[in-house]
Amino acid sequence: MVKLTIPEIELMSPGHTGCQGCGATIAMRYALKALGEKTIVSIPACCWAVMPGVWPNNCMRVPLLYTAFETTGASISGIKAALRALGEEDVTVMGWAGDGGTADIGMQALSAAAERNEDVIYVMYDNEAYMNTGIQRSGATPLGAWTTTTPVGKTKFWERRPKKPMVDIVAAHKVPYAATLSIGYPEDFVKKMKKAKEISGFRFLHIYSPCPTGWKSPPQYTPKLAKLAVTSRAFPLYEVEEGIYRVTMKPKKTPLKEYLMLQGRFRHLTDEDMKELERDIERRWKELLLKEEMTAKLEELNE
Amino acid sequence: MVRMLLTGNKTTAYSAMRSRVQVVSAYPITPQTTIVEHIAEFIADGLMKAEYIQVESEHSAMAAAIAASNTGARAFTATSAHGLLLMHEMLHWATGARLPVVMVNVNRALGPPWSVWADHLDSISQRDTGWMQYYVENNQEIFDTVIMAYKVSERPDIMLPSMISQDAFYLSHTVEPVDIVEQEVVDNYLPPYDPPYRLDVNNPAGFGSLVMPNHYYEFRYKIAEAMEKAKKYIKEAAEEWYEITGRDYRGLLDCYRCEDADVVLFGAGTMMSTAKEVVDWMRAEGKKVGVARIRVFRPFPGEDVRKVADGAAAIGVMDRAYGFGRGGAFFNEVNSALYNHRNRPPTKNYIIGLGGRDVKPRHIRAIFNDLLKVKDEGLDEEFRWFGLRRENMPEEEI
Amino acid sequence: MIPYDKLPHTPIASVNSVVVKTGAWRTFKPVINYEKCIRCMICWKFCPDVSIRLEDGSSYPAQSERIKETIKEAPVIDYDHCKGCGICAEECPTKAIEMVPEEK
Ligand SMILES: Cc1ncc(C[n+]2csc(CCOP(=O)(O)OP(=O)(O)O)c2C)c(N)n1
Ligand code: SF4
Ligand code: SF4
Ligand SMILES: [Mg+2]
Repeated sequence: MVKLTIPEIELMSPGHTGCQGCGATIAMRYALKALGEKTIVSIPACCWAVMPGVWPNNCMRVPLLYTAFETTGASISGIKAALRALGEEDVTVMGWAGDGGTADIGMQALSAAAERNEDVIYVMYDNEAYMNTGIQRSGATPLGAWTTTTPVGKTKFWERRPKKPMVDIVAAHKVPYAATLSIGYPEDFVKKMKKAKEISGFRFLHIYSPCPTGWKSPPQYTPKLAKLAVTSRAFPLYEVEEGIYRVTMKPKKTPLKEYLMLQGRFRHLTDEDMKELERDIERRWKELLLKEEMTAKLEELNE
Repeated sequence: MVRMLLTGNKTTAYSAMRSRVQVVSAYPITPQTTIVEHIAEFIADGLMKAEYIQVESEHSAMAAAIAASNTGARAFTATSAHGLLLMHEMLHWATGARLPVVMVNVNRALGPPWSVWADHLDSISQRDTGWMQYYVENNQEIFDTVIMAYKVSERPDIMLPSMISQDAFYLSHTVEPVDIVEQEVVDNYLPPYDPPYRLDVNNPAGFGSLVMPNHYYEFRYKIAEAMEKAKKYIKEAAEEWYEITGRDYRGLLDCYRCEDADVVLFGAGTMMSTAKEVVDWMRAEGKKVGVARIRVFRPFPGEDVRKVADGAAAIGVMDRAYGFGRGGAFFNEVNSALYNHRNRPPTKNYIIGLGGRDVKPRHIRAIFNDLLKVKDEGLDEEFRWFGLRRENMPEEEI
Repeated sequence: MIPYDKLPHTPIASVNSVVVKTGAWRTFKPVINYEKCIRCMICWKFCPDVSIRLEDGSSYPAQSERIKETIKEAPVIDYDHCKGCGICAEECPTKAIEMVPEEK
């Protein structure tokens, strides 16, 4: 028998309408493999609101509730409350929103659900812009990126602000679990998703999901970009459990330029610009390592 | 019979309790606040078994209620004014998703300028969201209507949400005797919610997916059809409730001494109780006046309006809200119901009571007298801002 | 087209999307050279369109007989759904998958 490194079960069917090489579909495939059939998913406006298919088609083999753009945090709270009222406690409830639906318009409902410590999983699949509406900037668009609302132009109008650190923001709500996941590392992905499933309370998962359409990258490079993002430290893999940070992967550093230059959205950057990005990324990496060191001391309190 | 002295807000909390709602998600706003407090107390004291979600906004309150309803639970919320406006997107959502969420709205004015007092513009602004809309005139009617509303909303061939509106302070904070019908009696009337569809891990499906123009239109028609059908079921639910309690809500339009009236005054909410009182006084003086209270605004009782018009020589419509650009919504709807009808008496709009301005018996009397003049001399003006502060204001308007 | 009175109240989507043949989107088509394939199933793992199935591999060649004996399955591409993104070819550690232009 073949030894598979991730579960064989498929709860996402082919025939969905995601673009060629869409990272967000890989993400959903892994998530459902990890969570299994007893899962209810709620999806707001985003690429994933379209990808399951045009009615009556549906690629999701678990119940799915579409909801309005900014409501994911509230929607999953409502589902969970109803399940409790009906005595169906053993069902996992997962919200599945884009970076725009999470870091921007859905931030309020997310923060409230996290603060209430709702017993749900909240996923932000991150393609670093509003892709469904055609690649506009979001709060999670990284420094230096081109989007249609941060065009390059003559005045270097491209994105001037770093990404919102969503895991840190949600972890600051004192939730039991928050982590970053990448579709480039399926085993780590499934492991964290399964771990999240076993924890009760609010769990926040930030999933890095390359988007060939929006990033102007060749579709075959979707997993490769996801790996390079981790190794170049643009998107470190870490988790925060009960306030304790742990960097789950400390790979040998690869050059940022290699990661950037595979994507059309960064092609305008000069070597000088890339140095600015590198400085920002290194600073964040150091900050992360310091958090890991500092919060390790909390372990004693947990005992 | 359990008669209690209750405010409209505490009555509302009792109505949720007696309806055995399973999920409550709500956010405080004056003058609705004590509703959510009373429900929280009921739950804390073990008098009510419901999941209570302390959401961070009304938008989330409605989103969570919708999700809970779609999961198969009976969901309830309450709000007012700006809270209702914040819900607007989700009100449409509840309708499109065909979910029987029930909500009590405390009718309050919209800012700026800030005003917490009675005004109907908040719920009138939600006219086209596909919610059934009831306007009540006393606290007993709040209790009764919430229970009847669930009965109608949850019918498998209806599956539309309901909004029950009560006037700020006139009801929300005013104590009246209310018969809180015993639980077993309500249970008999309103069985547990049995959803025709729901999120179910044993029967997975996607709710609310993308639909192409080749079917969207048909889905909209189905909402229109259900809304139309609801008229019959609202009457049936009221009939059954009447048999149990003796309280009569069998008309979508609550007509009081309309049959032989020369002039009939339309309107909604608490000021219509005042109007009924004035009708009795003026009848004693030999003036043939009547009142038609719009109890159900959505679906709109157009046929009943036509029946009233058949007997009346002039019609007045009081609106506690103004639709900037052209008249109050009730006036416009009454007019539109009459336009294609053979009998079209003159109609006149009285804008009154905005932002909690008191509507007094002498105001209503003046309006009736004005209407009698319209009957005799014809229509002078279509819209009258009754009681507008101005120089040489007539005594009866002050 | 479904008449309105045969429609549910609200669009409830329950038809498995396998009925949608997204293979028509393809401009390049992945072709597995089973003689190079070591049955690591990395292609299966990364496919965004769930278009690589694990099937009985007895009738497929393999890099070595030993591989065929220890691993019974072989990756087989579902051309009804494969969109031709090329991820499988890119990720394959032995370069056993080639993207060839789709003949129209
Ligand atoms: C209230 C509201 N505002 C705007 C939109 C339009 N809209 C739909 S999806 C979307 C962007 C979604 O971006 P993101 O959450 O990052 O998901 P992605 O499409 O990138 O996967 C926007 C702006 C909407 N549906 N609702
Ligand atoms: S636009 Fe990007 S995220 Fe959206 S479906 Fe296409 S590849 Fe996936
Ligand atoms: S080309 Fe892409 S869609 Fe086709 S089998 Fe390979 S990974 Fe899957
Ligand atoms: Mg996005």
